[in-house]
Amino acid sequence: MSVVQAMDLGLTFPAGDGDVVALKDVNLTIGKGEFVSFIGPSGCGKTTFLRAIADLEKPTSGTLSVNGQTPEEARRARAYGYVFQAAALYPWRTIEKNVALPLEIMGYGQAQQHERVRATLELVNLTGFEKKYPWQLSGGMQQRASIARALSFDADLLLMDEPFGALDEIVRDHLNSELLKLWDRTGKTICFVTHSIPEAVYLSTRIVVMSPRPGRVTDVIESTLPRERPLDIRETPEFLEIAARVRDGLRAGHSYEEEHV
Amino acid sequence: MTRILPVLTILLALLLFWYAMAVHMNAPWQNTLNNRAGLENVPFMDFAQQAWAQDKPVLPAPHQVVSEIWNATIALDITSRRSLAYHGWITLSATLLGFAFGTMLGIVLAVAIIHNDASDRSLMPWIIASQTIPILAVAPMVVVGLGAVGLTGLVPKALISMYLSFFPVVVGMVKGLRSPEAIQLDLLRTYDASPVQVFWKLRWPAAMPFLFASMKVGIAISLIGAVVAELSNASGGGLGVRLLTGSYNGQTIQIWAALFIAAGLAAVLVAIVGGAEKWVNGRMGARA
Repeated sequence: MSVVQAMDLGLTFPAGDGDVVALKDVNLTIGKGEFVSFIGPSGCGKTTFLRAIADLEKPTSGTLSVNGQTPEEARRARAYGYVFQAAALYPWRTIEKNVALPLEIMGYGQAQQHERVRATLELVNLTGFEKKYPWQLSGGMQQRASIARALSFDADLLLMDEPFGALDEIVRDHLNSELLKLWDRTGKTICFVTHSIPEAVYLSTRIVVMSPRPGRVTDVIESTLPRERPLDIRETPEFLEIAARVRDGLRAGHSYEEEHV
Repeated sequence: MTRILPVLTILLALLLFWYAMAVHMNAPWQNTLNNRAGLENVPFMDFAQQAWAQDKPVLPAPHQVVSEIWNATIALDITSRRSLAYHGWITLSATLLGFAFGTMLGIVLAVAIIHNDASDRSLMPWIIASQTIPILAVAPMVVVGLGAVGLTGLVPKALISMYLSFFPVVVGMVKGLRSPEAIQLDLLRTYDASPVQVFWKLRWPAAMPFLFASMKVGIAISLIGAVVAELSNASGGGLGVRLLTGSYNGQTIQIWAALFIAAGLAAVLVAIVGGAEKWVNGRMGARA
């Protein structure tokens, strides 16, 4: 069963000096348990597509379904957890209270809240930091807390918008392998927006290459890498081959000379 | 010590300047008095001491004001009509009631404004216009008008305080309740949170720093409102009445004493709001 299905999807932002076509004719089906990365230069519509799945933007043409429902129905059914570029933790809440925020809103009981917060903090290796405030944590730990917050209500779909974009490479490597383990353990479907080729290749079962003006899908690459991926898989010929294909796809879809016109 | 020393230095400089100005401003009248008494060639230090000890000086010396404050508070029965503690309490109670009204009104208006575009556009111009009218012109109309329908005493004065103090609270809270970033509002949307939940989980806590900043301004001008309102009703008592009778009778020392009590009161009230702010900040996990 498909989790996300887009058919001839288009999304145009009206603007004073001509409309901006953020997405044009996007056709894509994402199956259950897949880890799909969206990669492309800025302005290619990768974040817009993720926000459309989350019902944070309204498509202007075509159809989009999430779990067989409209995006709005899926959002109301709390079908997904969303991780933003910034951790966006509430500074006045402790880590455990931040993770409990969706649970409070969705009306979980105290005991259940407590149990789920404990379990998800353990999942992202933040046990022991329950009573800390966000400012007492490093950027990487804050982003882990925000992932825990997205996981706490156990939605089957996880939407991640460049969650590690603001972090340094060492932390990023670490969180990438943590994320893979988490995906393996939970069996969730993950849509992951990035502009890093190694990150996309390392994490994904499928890589969607996008290009701007108008935002569209130019290539979809099935990964041949095994499910089990140690960090040093990134030096294997197979990995480099996929990375090269992604790079070619990006180059084909995007003529840099255009930028100066 | 390194923090106290600069403060004491400035305080000392101000006192010296005040004493010097007291000599300078009281000199003409002191010269007249000395001429009448046939005193000539008074040495400067003796002349200064005379200038600092007049009954109705143009500018009273600091120690005269301090002793007047002492005599009119500690040394006097609290129920006396001449007690500044008694008058201070009258002003304080009107200030606090008006501040409570004003803060509540400000918050209610701000909530209406951020949730409803029509109320934003229809209320905000009136709110701003209300503050362009001189309070000295409004206060007598309100106090006398309400007196005519039998409402006297605390409430009319509190209404003037409210009239002044709701304004910074509205402006601050509109900004504060709108302060959450788009990403934080999007987050709650992904949880399908209701508007009430968005308000209490996000907007209200995010607005706290703005509320306290507004309340600090609000409580100080509440006091001003109460004092101004008292000018319109001399029988009701209060620091404003002490200022008024002092100026009728040329009792400059009494005026300055009442002024200092009012300023001290304002400082204490602002400090109390500041203390409450610290307490709330601590509860909300702010960096110490």
